[in-house]
Amino acid sequence: MDLTLKIWRQKNTSSAGKMVDYKVTGISGDMSFLEMIDVLNNDLVEKGEDPVAFDHDCREGICGMCSMYINGEAHGPDRGVTTCQLHMRKFKNGDTIYIEPFRAKAFPVIKDLVVDRGAFDRIMAAGGFVSVNTSGNTMDANALPIPKDDADEAFDAATCIGCGACVATCKNASAMLFVSAKVSQLALLPQGKVEAERRVLSMVEQMDKEGFGNCTNTGACEVECPKGISLTNIARMNREYLKASLTYSEK
Amino acid sequence: MSKLDSRIPKGELAQKWSDHKSHINLVNPANKRNIDVIVVGTGLAGGSAAASLAELGYKVKAFCFQDSPRRAHSIAAQGGINAAKNYQNDGDSVYRLFYDTIKGGDYRSREANVYRLAEVSANIIDQCVAQGVPFAREYGGLLDNRSFGGVQVSRTFYAKGQTGQQLLLGAYSAMSRQIGKGSIKMYNRHEMLELVVVDGKARGIIARNLITGEIERHSAHAVVIASGGYGNVFFLSTNAMGSNVTAAWKIHKKGAFFANPCFTQIHPTCIPVSGDHQSKLTLMSESLRNDGRIWVPKKMEDVHAIREGKLRPRDIKEEDRDYYLERRYPAFGNLVPRDVASRAAKERCDAGYGVNATGEAVYLDFGSAIERYGREKAAVEKIENPDMETIRRLGKEVIEAKYGNLFQMYEKIVDDNPYETPMKIYPAVHYTMGGIWVDYNLMTTIPGCYAAGEANFSDHGANRLGASALMQGLADGYFVLPYTIGDYLSNDIRTGKISTDLPEFEEAEKHVREKLNFFVTNKGSKSVDHFHKKLGKIMWDKVGMARNAEGLKQAISEIRELRDEFWKDVRVPGSIEEFNQELEKAGRVADFLELGELMAMDALERNESCGGHFREEYQTEEGEALRDDKNYMYVASWEYTGDPGKSVLHKEDLNYEYIEVKTRSYK
Ligand SMILES: Cc1cc2nc3c(=O)[nH]c(=O)nc-3n(C[C@H](O)[C@H](O)[C@H](O)COP(=O)(O)OP(=O)(O)OC[C@H]3O[C@@H](n4cnc5c(N)ncnc54)[C@H](O)[C@@H]3O)c2cc1C
Ligand code: SF4
Ligand code: FES
Repeated sequence: MDLTLKIWRQKNTSSAGKMVDYKVTGISGDMSFLEMIDVLNNDLVEKGEDPVAFDHDCREGICGMCSMYINGEAHGPDRGVTTCQLHMRKFKNGDTIYIEPFRAKAFPVIKDLVVDRGAFDRIMAAGGFVSVNTSGNTMDANALPIPKDDADEAFDAATCIGCGACVATCKNASAMLFVSAKVSQLALLPQGKVEAERRVLSMVEQMDKEGFGNCTNTGACEVECPKGISLTNIARMNREYLKASLTYSEK
Repeated sequence: MSKLDSRIPKGELAQKWSDHKSHINLVNPANKRNIDVIVVGTGLAGGSAAASLAELGYKVKAFCFQDSPRRAHSIAAQGGINAAKNYQNDGDSVYRLFYDTIKGGDYRSREANVYRLAEVSANIIDQCVAQGVPFAREYGGLLDNRSFGGVQVSRTFYAKGQTGQQLLLGAYSAMSRQIGKGSIKMYNRHEMLELVVVDGKARGIIARNLITGEIERHSAHAVVIASGGYGNVFFLSTNAMGSNVTAAWKIHKKGAFFANPCFTQIHPTCIPVSGDHQSKLTLMSESLRNDGRIWVPKKMEDVHAIREGKLRPRDIKEEDRDYYLERRYPAFGNLVPRDVASRAAKERCDAGYGVNATGEAVYLDFGSAIERYGREKAAVEKIENPDMETIRRLGKEVIEAKYGNLFQMYEKIVDDNPYETPMKIYPAVHYTMGGIWVDYNLMTTIPGCYAAGEANFSDHGANRLGASALMQGLADGYFVLPYTIGDYLSNDIRTGKISTDLPEFEEAEKHVREKLNFFVTNKGSKSVDHFHKKLGKIMWDKVGMARNAEGLKQAISEIRELRDEFWKDVRVPGSIEEFNQELEKAGRVADFLELGELMAMDALERNESCGGHFREEYQTEEGEALRDDKNYMYVASWEYTGDPGKSVLHKEDLNYEYIEVKTRSYK
C-alpha cells in the first residue's frame, strides 16, 4: 500500500516544530508500524536527509521505549498493543497518517518523536521499591505464602511498562495510572506493605513536583494503556493515600 | 605470551566459593566512600551489580543507552529463571543444577564457576521475593515452577511470560532506591565508546551523551562491563534493536581477551521471517514446549497441500504427523535442549517438510494440551460428560493463564489465532554464550576491568540451558561481583580520585572523536542498515546453525570485503553534536563487522561440533554433534593485536574433576 505520513519534526527541545509530509510506497500489511518508519528513514538517509528520530528497542511490546501519537491515539488505533506491535494491516492503501510525539509538560520533546520521560524514573526513585538490601540474607522465599489472588493482582499491576501512554492520552496529562500501578503492586504484597504509607506519600509528592496534572476520572488512560492496567489501581492508590495522610508521621 | 590464570580457588568443589569469600580482601566501609566504580549496562547483571555495590558503600556511576535502566534488553526475557530450590521435591539439588548446566553446555564450561552459580541460585529467588517480584504462585500461596529444556526436574520460577520484566523491575527498584539516596549516579542515554587504561589498569571510560552529543570523560577505580550479548551481529535476532557488542569490543581492543566468540545459541521456537522488511525476530518462549508439541507432516503431498492452503494443519491425521523430537529423543521429547531442537527443525525443513511458503517453519501445537487441561478442569469443576466444546473452552482458559501474553504477541504479529491453529515457528539467533574472558572473580585480562552477565563467557559452555541467563546475570550482579571486586579494590584505598586530565583520557577521547567525525563527514551513499543486513546474511548463511570449513573461509573474506566497503561508502547524516541515531548505529555496526570475522575464525579453528557450534564435517551417522574432547576441551580465548584477522589464540584447558565427561545424549 501507499501512504501519506504527516510527521512532527522538531530539531531539539528548544526549537519549534512542525508537521512535515512524506510519502511511502510498497508497504505490506505484515510490517510493523516501526518497520514502515524504517522504510521511510532508509530512503531519507540515502537521499542525505535527516531521518525521523523515534524511540524503540525491544520491538515486542515490553520495554516501553516506543511511543508515538498516531492519528490522535497513543500507540495508534489498535488496543492492547504498543506502537512496535501495531501492524500495517490496520491501515489501508491511500491512508493519511498523523504521527506526533507523546505530549505533556512533564515529557519535553528531545527530537522529533522522542520525548524525555525521566520524570517517571524520579518518581520511582522517590519510593517505588521495597527497602531491602540485596545481600540475599533474607528469609526463604516460601516462608511467607501469599494468596494466589493477591499475587496475581500484584502481577497485573506490575506489568506496567512505563511507556507514558496514559499521560499522553489524559487531557490533564496525569500520571496517576502509572504511579498507582506501582503503589498497588507493592501494597498488595506483604513485603511491600511495611512501608506502604511512606511510599505512597513520597511518590505522589514527586509526581506533583514533576508537573503532571490531576486525575479527573475520565478513564482515557485505561483505554489506551497497552498493558491493560486497570483504573482500580487508581482507586486503591487514592485509598492508600488518604489513609497515609491521616495516619503517617515521620518517626 | 601470557598464560591465562582462571584463579580458581583450591579445595573441594562445594567449598570453593565459601572459602574464597572468607579469604578475600575486603574494603572497609569508610574507604568504600572514596572508591568509584563505573558500571556499563543496567540489565539484570549491571542493574543488580550497581545496586549491590552502592549498598556496600561504593560510589557508583551507571550507564545505559536507553532512556531508563528499566528498559534494558533483560526486560524481554519471557520464560523463567532457574534455581535449585527443590520446592517440588522432584530430586533437584545444587549438584543436579550444576550437572545439568555442564552437560547442557556440552562440557565446555568451568566446573568451579558453574558450581558457584548453582549454589547461589536459591538466594536469588529469596532476594527477588523480598523485593516484591510477583512470581507465579499456586493456590496454597507457595511459588509455582515449570520445566525447561534439557532437564528432568521442575526448577524454573516464572511470572507468566514476563519473567525478565519482573526481575529487571526488581533490580531497577533496588537501583532506584540507591539513585534516590545519591549512591548511584545514573547516566541514561549515554553510550560508552572507549575504555581508558592507565598504568595497565582500567581507570575510566569515554561516553557520548546521546541527547547533546557531548563527549564525556568518566574516571573510576574499576569498570564493570555488563553490556549484554552480541546476537545482533546476525542483524535478525530476538535481541532488542539496540543490543550491541560495542562496550565489550572496545575493551577487547584494549586488551581484554574474547572467549569462544563462535558459541551462539539459535533458539528453536521463534516466529518465522515474513519478508525483507523484517527488523527483528520474536521469540516464543521455551516454556511453551512444556505443553506444545512440535511436528511436521509425514507425507510430502500433505506438505504441498498445506503450503497451497488446500489443507489446514488440523486436517492432518494424527498418524500422518511426524512429531520428530518425540520420535528421535524419546527420553526428553519436546524438551530437548535448544541446540538439539533447532538442528532437528532445520533437518526437517532442509528435507523439504517446512510448512510455510518459504519452507522454513514447523508447527508448535497446543491441541492436545488444550484437551488434556480441559478434561482436568472439567473434572475439578465436577462437570460430568463434558462435550468437546466445553473441554476446549476450559483448556484454553488454562493455556491462557499460563501463556496468555505470548499467545497475544503471536496473534498480533502473525494475524492468526494460536488457540485454534498451531503456531508456526523456526529457529532464530537468540543468545551468545561466548563473550569477554573472565577469571573466577569475573575480572577480564585487564586489571580492574570486570565483565558480568551475557557480556562474559563464563558459565554456559557451548550451549545455554533455558532460564539460566537470568540466573547468571543476577548471580553475577547480586552475589559474585560485589564480593570479588573488593579483592582488587582493597589495593586502591589510598589511590584517591582519578583525574580525567591524564593524557590517557585525552588520547582516548581524541580517538573517539576521530571515529565519529569520520562517519559524519564520509561521502558515502548507503545507510548503516544496508551493511548490517549484508553482514547478517553472511553470518546466518555461513556462521549460523551449521558451519563448514569452506563456508567459514568464504565468510572471513566476504566480511573483510564488506568492512572495506562500509568504511568507503557508509552515509551518516547529521552531526556529532546532536541526537543522532544513525551515528549510534554506525559505531555499533563498525564493531560488528570486526567481531563477525573473529567469530568465523573461532568457528574455523574449532574442528569439532559441540553445543550450538555445529560443524558439518563433525557429526555422527545419525547427525548428532561429534565432540573432540582430546583436542578441543578448552576455552578459546582471543587476544586482539591490531586486526581481527591477526588475533592470537590462548587456550584455557578445562578440567573435569567432579563430573564424568560423557557423550551428551537426550535419547
Ligand atoms: C526474547 C528473549 C527472551 C529471553 N528469555 C529468557 C528466559 O526466559 N530466561 C533466561 O534465563 N534468559 C532469557 N533470555 C536471555 C536473557 O534475557 C539475557 O541473556 C539477559 O537478560 C542479559 O542480561 P544482561 O544484564 O547481561 O544484559 P542486557 O539486559 O542486554 O543489558 C545490557 C545493558 O547494557 C547497556 N549497554 C550496552 N552497550 C552499552 C554501551 N556501549 N554504553 C552504555 N550502555 C550500554 C544497555 O543499555 C543495557 O542497559 C532471553 C533473551 C531474549 C532475547
Ligand atoms: S500504566 Fe499503561 S500506559 Fe501508563 S505507563 Fe504503564 S503501561 Fe504505559
Ligand atoms: S520498542 Fe519496546 S515496547 Fe515498543
